[in-house]
Amino acid sequence: MRAGLPTPLFLLLASMGVQGIVRAADVGTLPEHLGDTGLYASGSVTQLQPDVLQFSPQYPLWSDGASKHRWIKLPPGTSVDAAKPDAWDFPRGTKLWKEFSHGGRVETRYIERGMDGVWRYASYVWNASGTDAVLAPAAGIRDLPVPGMRYSIPAQDDCRACHEGSPVPVLGFSALQLSADLRALTSRGLLTNLSSDLLVRPPRIAAKNDTERAALGYLHGNCGHCHNDDGPLAVLEMSMAQRLDTKTPTDAVVRSLAGVRSEFRMPGGTARVVPGHPEASVVALRMQTREARAQMPPLGTSEVDVEALSLIGRWIEGLSVQ
Amino acid sequence: MNSLKMFVRIALVVAASFARAGDPPAAAPASETLARGKYLVTIAACNDCHTPWKMTAEGPRPDMDRMLSGHPEDMVLPPAPKMPEGPWQNAFAATSTAWAGPWGVSFTANLTPDRETGLGKWTVRNFTETIRTGRHLGRGREILPPMPIPQYRNFTDEDLAAIFAYLQSIPAVKNRVPEPRAPETVAKNAM
Repeated sequence: MRAGLPTPLFLLLASMGVQGIVRAADVGTLPEHLGDTGLYASGSVTQLQPDVLQFSPQYPLWSDGASKHRWIKLPPGTSVDAAKPDAWDFPRGTKLWKEFSHGGRVETRYIERGMDGVWRYASYVWNASGTDAVLAPAAGIRDLPVPGMRYSIPAQDDCRACHEGSPVPVLGFSALQLSADLRALTSRGLLTNLSSDLLVRPPRIAAKNDTERAALGYLHGNCGHCHNDDGPLAVLEMSMAQRLDTKTPTDAVVRSLAGVRSEFRMPGGTARVVPGHPEASVVALRMQTREARAQMPPLGTSEVDVEALSLIGRWIEGLSVQ
Repeated sequence: MNSLKMFVRIALVVAASFARAGDPPAAAPASETLARGKYLVTIAACNDCHTPWKMTAEGPRPDMDRMLSGHPEDMVLPPAPKMPEGPWQNAFAATSTAWAGPWGVSFTANLTPDRETGLGKWTVRNFTETIRTGRHLGRGREILPPMPIPQYRNFTDEDLAAIFAYLQSIPAVKNRVPEPRAPETVAKNAM
């Protein structure tokens, strides 16, 4: 066809990894075994250390139906600075874990803020007998043999993709997510500088009804860590994050979705959200597919969240045209 | 120009690209940065796929009137050909902007600074994270073959900043590239 044929052929082979060079992983300093990260008592893989705190966000991330447990541990004598309601500052030495189970434990994801201030991410994969969990490779593991499903361990880049899309890489430990626990966390000394307003009136999504509150909460917990107005995807001008420092966060989210043309085009979709018509709303259409080029979220899930899809559909049906 | 000056200028480009709305306009990148970016874009063969090729009296050549604007939106392609059993498994369009293979059909992106259809709204962070992760904007769908992400992700930050600065300096072309087609579509349509 053309004189330059070898170049695209080279590019094709290169893109398929034939000559690829994988960048060095950034987890060299992390322990090889989960048991050495400080979660469990010495010699145990079930008994937690006494200074580990379990928590549960009110709008959890969909993880293909996995049952999950989450824990945080702060260095002795430190606390989370909550002065900025949407960007809590975690002390150096903070550690967080999230355990995923499908019948038995499959993986435990781990985030730590090193004493150098750098956040590091890792996943530990449990053995079949549940006696040990070992550090996963930086490239992750595709299609781990978990009965009845395709299960993938995220790559380091995947961890960063979600956790570094907003001002703070800790996603489920925030004022809105822990609204009911703010007083307890403060009284235990784990949270400082939280505004008295939030202590008196714990944050709650200001919605027109319960369906809208649940839908916006779901979007916040599942989409807002990337789709927000102060992270790298701000260029898309589409925010699903509820900001407590804004007087009208609900309106801001709806304005960025309803009737706004979708940059991503797919059959049947005419706008990000079409009030009254979930079948024409790209947000819902991308939630209901797991075709890799179109699915949302783009990683971390291979099963549609049917219940959430129904919720988002009901919310869109109830939206009125502005 | 010594390397320290070059580093400082590239750092300024990086800082300017991280600037947020409301900040004063960023200073134009240094001519050395643009030259470096142009050089890298040239030797990395970006025009081979991101600029549509056309037939000329001298043979196929990139159409530089549409430089780096990706697959032309008005060129609607029929289904990719079904390849026979055997080692042949890929095909690409005469423009070199549409590629079919086991991954489906991919269309090369518009790299010009058009704000609606190109990289006009992107920051250098968006660009760097896309190349580093092989995901759209660093966190979306995977970038498909033939984009040589495994090689390009080894560019230094300074290289990527220079490439981005150069791409932001070329003429904007309004051209909305189609979304990629899934492998199932390829197989079904080709049957």
